[in-house]
Formats: sequence, C-alpha cells, structure tokens
Amino acid sequence: MRDLAPEMIRCISVSGLQISKNGTALLNVPRLNLDGPGPTMILGPNGAGKSLLLRCLHGLIAPDTGRVEQDGVPLNKDHKARQAMVFQKPVLLRRSVAANMDFVLKRRGLQRTVRKARIAELLAEGGLESKARQSARSLSGGEAQRLAILRALALDPDTLFLDEPTSALDPSATQMIERMILRASTRGVRIVMVTHDIGQARRLAADIVMMQGGRVVEHGDARQVLDAPQSDASRRYLAGGLVT
Amino acid sequence: MQGFATEFSSAIALILNGDAELWAIVLLSLKVSIFAVLISALIGMPVGAALAVARFPGRRMLIILMNALMGFPPVVVGLLVYLMLSRSGPLGVLELLYTPTAMIIAQVVLVTPIVAALTRQVVEMLAEEYSEQLRSLGVSRLASVPVLLWDARLALVTALLAGFGRAIAEVGAVIIVGGNINHVTRVMTTTIALETSKGNLALALALGAILIGIAVAVNAMVSTLSLRAEKEGLRHA
Ligand SMILES: Nc1ncnc2c1ncn2[C@@H]1O[C@H](COP(=O)(O)OP(=O)(O)OP(=O)(O)O)[C@@H](O)[C@H]1O
Ligand SMILES: [Mg+2]
Repeated sequence: MRDLAPEMIRCISVSGLQISKNGTALLNVPRLNLDGPGPTMILGPNGAGKSLLLRCLHGLIAPDTGRVEQDGVPLNKDHKARQAMVFQKPVLLRRSVAANMDFVLKRRGLQRTVRKARIAELLAEGGLESKARQSARSLSGGEAQRLAILRALALDPDTLFLDEPTSALDPSATQMIERMILRASTRGVRIVMVTHDIGQARRLAADIVMMQGGRVVEHGDARQVLDAPQSDASRRYLAGGLVT
Repeated sequence: MQGFATEFSSAIALILNGDAELWAIVLLSLKVSIFAVLISALIGMPVGAALAVARFPGRRMLIILMNALMGFPPVVVGLLVYLMLSRSGPLGVLELLYTPTAMIIAQVVLVTPIVAALTRQVVEMLAEEYSEQLRSLGVSRLASVPVLLWDARLALVTALLAGFGRAIAEVGAVIIVGGNINHVTRVMTTTIALETSKGNLALALALGAILIGIAVAVNAMVSTLSLRAEKEGLRHA
C-alpha cells in the first residue's frame, strides 16, 4: 500500500451547498473546509443530513446549488476514482467474499497473482480469512460491514468516506476497524466518517462536524467540540449521547 | 379398460426398448427447444438488461409491450410466423416453412419476451440496490450490465428454464409452422396430438410420460433455483 506524503492529504471544501426536496431544505451548508491533517467525524441526530452530506462530498448526488471542491478544483472523475465510500447499509455483490474483494482489485487493474495475495492479506487483517469462499450475502451483519470496509480499503483510496462503519460491530471488531482507519489516516488518507458513537469520535477524530436539520451547527477541533461545545444543538446532542 | 392397460404396457415397452421413432421425436423436441431457448437468451437477456438500466423516452411503452407479448396466444404467434415464412410472405424465399428451423423461430418468438421481461425485472431490482455502490466504484451504467447479469445469474437461469418449459410443452405454434411432418418436424407435443386422434395411444402415452418427466424435472430445477435466489434476496414473479 502506497504512502501518501502527509502534506499531500486531500482537502475537501464545500460552498453554498443546498439540497431541497418538495420544498423542504434537506441540506444547507454555506461553507465547510475539511483541510486538517486527521480524521473528520460527522456527528448529529438521525435525519440531520450526515449521509446526504457524505454522498455530496463523494459526488454521488449533485446538489441543487453550490459545489464541492478537492484541493480547490471542482470534484471531477479523477478525484472520484481515488475516493472510496463505505455505505451505511453495506452493499455486497452476490458473490463470494473473496470475489467481492477481487471485483474492486480488478478495477484497479492488478494482476491475478497480486490480487490473490492482496485479498488474503486484507481478509486476514479484517478477520475474515475463513470466510473467503462463503457467499457474501450469507455473512452476519457485522461481517458484512467488515467486508465492506475491507473492500473500500482494497481500493487504496486517497479519500475514504465511512458512514457509520462500526454500527454493527462487536467491541473487538470495532477496535480492529478503528486501528485500520487510524493507520490509513497516518498514511495520508483523508478520512471523513459519520458516527453516533461519541467515544469513537473521541478516539479517532481530529476535528468534528456537528450537524442538525441539514446544517453544520459546529465544526472544530475534536476536544473543543466534545468538551466545550459552542452551540446549543451540540450540547443537547452530546448530553443525550453521553447518557446512553 | 382392457384396451387402455394394453396401450399402457406397450407405451412402457416403447420407452424401455428404446424405440427408434420415439427417441428421434424426443431428440428433435429437445434440440428445437434448447436451440430456441439459447437464441432467446442471446436476444432477451441483453434487451431486458438494457431496458433495466437505460433511460430513454418510450422505455415504459417497450416494457408494457414486452409484458403483453409474454401473454401472446401461441397459436397466433404460429400464425404470424407462418405468414412471414409462407411462400408469399416477406421471408418466403428462405423456404423455411415446415422445417425444424421454422419451429425454432416460432419458439424464439414465444420465449424471448419471457426471458426479456424476467431479466428486466431482476436486473432492475439489482441495479437499484447496487446503483450507488457501483457508481462509487466508478462503474459506468454500460459497464454495470455484465456485473448485474452475473449477479442475477440464479434468477436468469430460472427464467431460461421457465422459457424452456414453455417451449417444449407448446403445440399450437409449432404445429402450424412445422406441419407435423413424419421424421422431419414431428416433436413430442404435435405427435401426441396426432397419434391420439389416430387412436395410436401407445406412442402418445409414451411421449406424454417423457414430456411429463421433462416438465417435472424442469419445474423442480426452477423451484430449487428460485429458493436459492430468494435466499439471496432476489425473486421474480
Ligand atoms: N431522496 C430523498 N427524498 C426525500 N427526503 C430525503 C431523501 N434522502 C434523504 N432525505 C431526508 O433527508 C434527511 C437527511 O437524511 P440522511 O440520510 O442524510 O440522515 P442522517 O443524518 O444520515 O441520519 P441517520 O443518523 O439516521 O443515518 C432525512 O430526513 C431524510 O428523510
Ligand atoms: Mg445516515
């Protein structure tokens, strides 16, 4: 896996982003810059627009107005080719676990033998080596989520979007995935991740984006947002979050 | 009743003794229907997949038309193919009428809409599920077609088997364009119809038994595959 020079980490910026459906604004983000060196965590209640924002950042949906830029250039095909996304609901191909991995490695144009070795390596890293030949659709919820993450990592992206990637994972699998995410981040991969797990945000985040009602209510250094939230919305969310 | 029992035992004898005429008919039936299904697959699957992923004006109309063709009465299909192939028809010069090729054409016309419609249905369902993931991986709409077809393979094989079941059990169209000519275009269904009317029940019964066997085997495969496809969250009507 190629290391990206730390100063080469991708910067993502958003301006004037708006999406509405049937007259209601689903997303309204005048300005957002993700240019820090570490992982960004997006927090906020259900329906706040976190997944929607992630889709916009990855170029899966075109906003009604506004734009997404990478390193100051409007998001283009080449950018997207180096991005990967793990969806909130893992979408696995109706093939074996190994074939799911092979599918993305093939898209990177890797040789058969290289692919085989890489699949074995990644599955071992994610604790799925014994499931290689099993049909991906028959995996448990947590295993499926793990496979989706491994598959995204197999793309060797420079930007990785993760939508609640550990929501179905047991504590040890969560720890394993968190380590993998941190390792990717240290290699210079831009990490943008949605989570409801405040402990996780504390462990991983360099900066935190707090969302509510389609808006970014707060964006700042992780410690600061978690320990001394500036907005009412953040305070309420964190208070509720800490209780549960 | 006495007569029926005799006919029945001679039917069994025909099957067990490997009666040449009987097996020639069975073989021709299988050949015609397998060919027809293969050609239908080559036409129907890409058409179905295209209708599932492409967006163009008139798409809905085409889907409705295709579904309507599925319910077309076989006898009428036979008549239309007959008109096309008859001496004065547009394809008359090919002199295909009353040949196995004509029967294959009729069965292709019957089976292709089934294959296309079922393909459209499953591929569209899969496309919806995979859409964002595939786009995230940079797979274009066109490039997604083979991916979707491969992942729908269980359901597609089921569709082909269903098409085969319809083709091999079909009488009306095949008798019109094939003509039921001895040693040339006599297949199981047309022979059963003819021999029964002639009172030669032994041959009719023997063929009937084999046809039932094939139908049961095909349906068993269809249900087994459907169950597996269902487990994968892929089902079609
Ligand atoms: N295609 C759509 N049509 C209408 N409303 C939509 C559409 N997509 C999303 N929404 C709405 O936009 C809002 C934000 O959705 P989003 O999926 O981004 O929420 P979220 O912050 O990810 O929530 P969760 O924590 O539950 O995953 C929701 O209220 C949702 O119902
Ligand atoms: Mg979400």
